[in-house]
Amino acid sequence: MENLKFIGKSITRIDGKEKISGAAVFADDIDFGTTLLFAQIVESTKAHALIKNIDISEAKKIEGVVDVFTGKDFPFKFGLYMKDRFVFAQDKVRFIGEQIAAVVARDAKTAKRAAKLVKIEYEELPEVLDQMKAIESGATILHPDLGSYPHVPWFFPKANTNIAHHRKTRKGNLDAGFAEADYILEDTYVVPRYAHCAIEFHSAIGKVDYSGRLTVWASSQSPNTQRNLFAEALSSLGFTHKDVRVIAPYVGGGFGGKAGVTMEILAAALATKLKGSPVKILWSREQEFYNTYQRLGVIAKLKIGVKNDGTITALDHQLYWDAGAYVEYGANVVNSVGLSATGPYRVPNLSIDSFCIYTNLPPGGAYRGFGYSEFLFGLESHMNRIAKHLGIDPVELRKRNAINENDSLAYGAHMNPNGIAECIEKVAKEIEWGKKEISKNPNTVLGKGFSLLWKAPAMPPNASSSTFLKFNEDASLNILISGMDIGQGLLTVMAQVAAEVLSIPPSKIRVETPDTDRNPYEWQTVGSHVTWGCGNAVKLAAIDARDQIFALVERALGLPADKLFLEDEKVKCSLKPEWELPLKNFVINGIMKEDGTFKGGPINGRGTFMPEFTSTNADPETSQGGHPNVHYTVGAAALLLEIDKETGKMKVLKVVEAIDVGKAINPNLVKGQIVGGIVQGLATVLYEDMRFDDRGKMLNPNFTDYKLPTTLDIPEEIVPIIVEVAQPDGPYGARGVGEHTMLPAAPMIANAIDDALGIRIKSMPITAEKVALEIIKQSKK
Amino acid sequence: MEKITFKLNGEVRSMEVESGDVLLDVLRDKLGMKSPKCGCDRGDCGACSVLLDGKGVRSCLILAIEIDGHEIVTIEGLSKQDLTPVQKAFVNFNSFQCGFCAPGFIISATELLNENPNPTKEEVKEALAGNLCRCTGYMPIIDAVCSCSNKE
Repeated sequence: MENLKFIGKSITRIDGKEKISGAAVFADDIDFGTTLLFAQIVESTKAHALIKNIDISEAKKIEGVVDVFTGKDFPFKFGLYMKDRFVFAQDKVRFIGEQIAAVVARDAKTAKRAAKLVKIEYEELPEVLDQMKAIESGATILHPDLGSYPHVPWFFPKANTNIAHHRKTRKGNLDAGFAEADYILEDTYVVPRYAHCAIEFHSAIGKVDYSGRLTVWASSQSPNTQRNLFAEALSSLGFTHKDVRVIAPYVGGGFGGKAGVTMEILAAALATKLKGSPVKILWSREQEFYNTYQRLGVIAKLKIGVKNDGTITALDHQLYWDAGAYVEYGANVVNSVGLSATGPYRVPNLSIDSFCIYTNLPPGGAYRGFGYSEFLFGLESHMNRIAKHLGIDPVELRKRNAINENDSLAYGAHMNPNGIAECIEKVAKEIEWGKKEISKNPNTVLGKGFSLLWKAPAMPPNASSSTFLKFNEDASLNILISGMDIGQGLLTVMAQVAAEVLSIPPSKIRVETPDTDRNPYEWQTVGSHVTWGCGNAVKLAAIDARDQIFALVERALGLPADKLFLEDEKVKCSLKPEWELPLKNFVINGIMKEDGTFKGGPINGRGTFMPEFTSTNADPETSQGGHPNVHYTVGAAALLLEIDKETGKMKVLKVVEAIDVGKAINPNLVKGQIVGGIVQGLATVLYEDMRFDDRGKMLNPNFTDYKLPTTLDIPEEIVPIIVEVAQPDGPYGARGVGEHTMLPAAPMIANAIDDALGIRIKSMPITAEKVALEIIKQSKK
Repeated sequence: MEKITFKLNGEVRSMEVESGDVLLDVLRDKLGMKSPKCGCDRGDCGACSVLLDGKGVRSCLILAIEIDGHEIVTIEGLSKQDLTPVQKAFVNFNSFQCGFCAPGFIISATELLNENPNPTKEEVKEALAGNLCRCTGYMPIIDAVCSCSNKE
């Protein structure tokens, strides 16, 4: 084992002082001076309608209004994986809240007032609000042109239907697998939509300067992807990538909601019509709910066959996703689940169908977990029910089927090294699995719930990361990456990786937030992949700088490069223990020779990482043949739940979660992910409850009616456990951990309720009201 | 327009405001105090909290004219010399991730510790229950504030 000085240490976050002193700058905090304009978006009030007329005349008359724009000003399409969206609605709207026009004014209040005067004349179309109705024959088709939409080659849209993508995975012999089973359990699980609820609103400011360059400042997880999509969408106006710059300051919470492109393209497009003036769009809390991405809803039909000893023989998992009005990003959620909906189990015979279905509801997209929370609710509920039927302990059933290194995955490739067995053991021990807890309160009962989890990053096969690393005179460092610190602590972890290679303490390292003019390329900060991908790029950049240092010392001083090493910010040589050369003496100014000349110059490292083994080339009928996922992160979790028998009110007394992170570069940051993720996961099952009316209007787009937990609603105890089975291609063995932490929350609650009351709840959320009603139903039986 | 005079982070300031101007907007857009954040605009999230005569208030729910003759403190004011003990505890306990809600939590914690220097854990939870955080799961925030109390 390497002797590591900075890796594996819970050092203080390098962005801490900025964020705690009020110095940290978020997109809405940037001052743009007196030329700043404000845009208010006019939104559709119909879920599905043709736009017959837009009357902007009254709005234009308001003093202070600069201009009013509509779809005909911007006939541009965009989309990450499938180009199914327009910057502004053209002839048709497909959800309530869709952008139809923009009123630009000198101040925000005027823009808001004038936007109310824009009159839209609609011809209503039947709205399709239920994904199962959307796939019935004769259903209203939302996108009659689906067949002509450009998309990535691994999507399979069905023209003239509402199915935007169908991911099919087949392995083994399904019928034979079920025939072999001693017991088959088949049921349906329902998971509704959810909202990210980052506390910071989406915010974007676009400016085309008088030379014609477009700059967009945005709260963003995906600056390079945004630049790419802006340049693509606006190419007919003459913009190329070099003419477009995206600057991403600190992000006030992402959770997937600030990935890809949503409202930011409005600022980019409007700026092209307002040369010289920055134009700002700031979403409201309501818009955060209904016009960014939402987490997709799903109806999952699951059938699992097992032998009497619990061995899984077959799995048939059909997932029908309510993907919303546009699926340019959300279709990839559907895709990733279609490849992984076995969960972390060995399944010899399987069939997975994951259907991406258009509905007239807000667009679905990336949300922490990327579809895995949704299918794990059903799968991990099912595992408990099977265990109960067979009379096997549910933890034992999971152990017997848990996937091992080199086991074959659903798509035929092999599972990475992992510590799932260790996670199960440690969680079972910490929660005292098998020990029946009796409540001291006669009005409440206690139950325990267990769940496994797994997730792979969902990335295109060529998603890459890169890094520039610059030394300063005092041997401090500036590291330029385009991975984003959305709160997880990326900047700190990247500083630790570079520190380890270069022997520079993290306190002497600044890691810069993205600016596409200056920082090198990163695909996106999504999929919990940046510790791994961006970390590899940073490590390579640091190694590049170190190699330059050694080569220079060899050239200038004649010491052999392969005998040199770095320690305590100095170059040292194994041949001459008494010799040392501080890095600050030469990393900018070079090494002086005896004749007064200098060798060297500023040391700048660069690193590029792309997972060159991945491929989406697979048989579309079976998904066999490719290697779409880089690796899976696995874990286990359990909780102890107290339930009030009368009110259904639940309190989580203790949660334990163990995750195999490969290597915890900063253990406290990993624990922070676990605690935060558990609470976010519990929120989706216990509190958050998104409601729509029967015409597709969201009824509770605010924090009064859409409940987030507060300090009074959290578990009494959360025990995070770190397991480390190294990822061979990760920086110091690390793999990602951000999203995984929230995945097991819902099945743990459902399983604990069953344990306590013998009641099985198969739809989320599981609110106190729902539990109380089930208790009443049970008592009447 | 109305003229108001008030103390902001220790300095006496005078300015003209419209009677309908909201304190949060005036602080951010006219006075350059960017630490109070807007997260809901209706008093639900607490990210815009500031101290008004030592009491934590939601600046999105207060009109600027109401502060005439009063004293406002924001995180910029707390950070002028060194970080306060509770701010240092926030750094040491990783009591933030994205950092967006942190100013509001620090205001609520500062108010609590000013009024009750030795709160219990339950008192800390109660005092912070009006602030929303989506990243941390609250535990490191509660731990940081408790570490400033002699009772813990």
